[in-house]
Amino acid sequence: MINTSEILQTINMIDHQKLDVRTITMGISLLSCAADDERALAVRVYDRITRRAERLVEVGRAIESEFGVPIVNKRISVTPAALIAGAVKDPLPVARALDRAAKETGVDFIGGYSALVQKGMTAADRRLIESSTEALAETDFMCSSVNVGSTRAGINMDAVRMMGETVKAAAERTADRGGFGCAKLVVFCNAVEDNPFMAGAFHGPGEGDCAVSVGVSGPGVVKVALEAVRGEPFDVVAETIKRTAFHITRVGQLVAMEASKRLGVPFGIVDLSLAPTPAVGDSVAAILEEMGLEVCGTHGTTAALALLNDAVKKGGVMASSHVGGLSGAFIPLSEDIGMIHAAERGALSLEKLEAMTCVCSVGLDMIAVPGDTPAETIAAIIADEAAIGMVNNKTTAVRIIPAPGTKVGDSVEFGGLLGRAPVIPVRQYGASAFIHRGGRIPAPLHSLRN
Amino acid sequence: MGEMKKAVITILGTDRKGIIASVTRILYEHDVNILDISQTIVSGLFSMILIADISSEQCSFEQLKDSLTEEARRLDVQIRVQRSEIFEAMHQI
Repeated sequence: MINTSEILQTINMIDHQKLDVRTITMGISLLSCAADDERALAVRVYDRITRRAERLVEVGRAIESEFGVPIVNKRISVTPAALIAGAVKDPLPVARALDRAAKETGVDFIGGYSALVQKGMTAADRRLIESSTEALAETDFMCSSVNVGSTRAGINMDAVRMMGETVKAAAERTADRGGFGCAKLVVFCNAVEDNPFMAGAFHGPGEGDCAVSVGVSGPGVVKVALEAVRGEPFDVVAETIKRTAFHITRVGQLVAMEASKRLGVPFGIVDLSLAPTPAVGDSVAAILEEMGLEVCGTHGTTAALALLNDAVKKGGVMASSHVGGLSGAFIPLSEDIGMIHAAERGALSLEKLEAMTCVCSVGLDMIAVPGDTPAETIAAIIADEAAIGMVNNKTTAVRIIPAPGTKVGDSVEFGGLLGRAPVIPVRQYGASAFIHRGGRIPAPLHSLRN
Repeated sequence: MGEMKKAVITILGTDRKGIIASVTRILYEHDVNILDISQTIVSGLFSMILIADISSEQCSFEQLKDSLTEEARRLDVQIRVQRSEIFEAMHQI
């Protein structure tokens, strides 16, 4: 029988420490939708998604109600659109179909307007990337991602240059909304095929027909658990985080299994993540500060984050039958109130964030930079981040917003889970000649593992 | 017979007459069997945890929850009803 203190502990985590399941994401393969007629393709995409995900939101809500745990988002990820749009000239109708399908099913986001170009680019990949600025501006819930590098393939620097330009254009095209288009666009290195988190979710070509995955959250729970071991050595800190992560992940596993059963769709993975929100008490930065840092971003932050990230995985891995996705602590600047404050105080810089991405999931996330930042500088930031991912055999990503008309010290409000992004400085020295070389940065020696 | 579906009902609030009476009446009306009750009052704060069998076909989770929520408003206490699996998952291996 369950005991009273455990029941109260769980309720306290949900009520006061913001324990929630961040997302139930249904991955849907669209490979069967491929067609050589734009209209037919869009109709097939819309029909397939709306049929497959018809009950997703309803089931999510029922689970939320019965188990008493908030499920913040219900999302859909689909096969990278470039793979199904190979025979059509214009992939934009697919983007519109995705957005319409998201609205019809009532989900919060749909991801997969994507291309995988780590080694080379097909004509369809190119058309998709070129159309993504318009696609992001026209749609509300559709997210786009492009994988420009991998440990096995190296970095496609032509794609990196294109993505610098795309990010810049997406910001300008959505200038009336603070450059919101960029908040739905992720540039990856080593993208994973089963990521339930946005904006980078897509249903990889190695996945099955359909799968349900869950991303957990709970920075507040970890923070409160650490308050009880103030001053204790790191061994105790790590053990405390592991135990807490176990509890959090078990909730995710339960929700995933239940959703899988009710929807009649195979269970994919649980993403062992600590995903913050802009709400007070739901911050990853606050955990690092609880470990003893005066403010997130100061010296010691990378070490603290490394410990946190590792302990979250070790605690979570036993709580779930299949772990995948991005799995680790997230550090999205605009979505974490502690990070926002740290950046506003000048304690957290782009360079420090870059260092932090070496030891956690995923990358430079939701970072606003001045509106006059050149496309080449954005591309160079993407290249740096991709290099970290490529060499360290991990996923890295860049979701950066050169918010039009802003300068350092301003801030851009996106609202909801996306929060408020303080505009932080970039280096003033250019990298244009570097970016315009093009070609590929070869894969590192340790990619040759066979 | 299928597996027993259990719910954990927690009631928190200021102590007053009739809380247990009205909650258990609602459970009875929804054909819910009470398996375990533990109740404490610490400095006027009433807390009760009730574990119940909700497997009956006459019992709809949503209707039970709605009735309890309405009663909670009337009694000015917090009543929460959750499937027991969440607690078992979190605290049992």
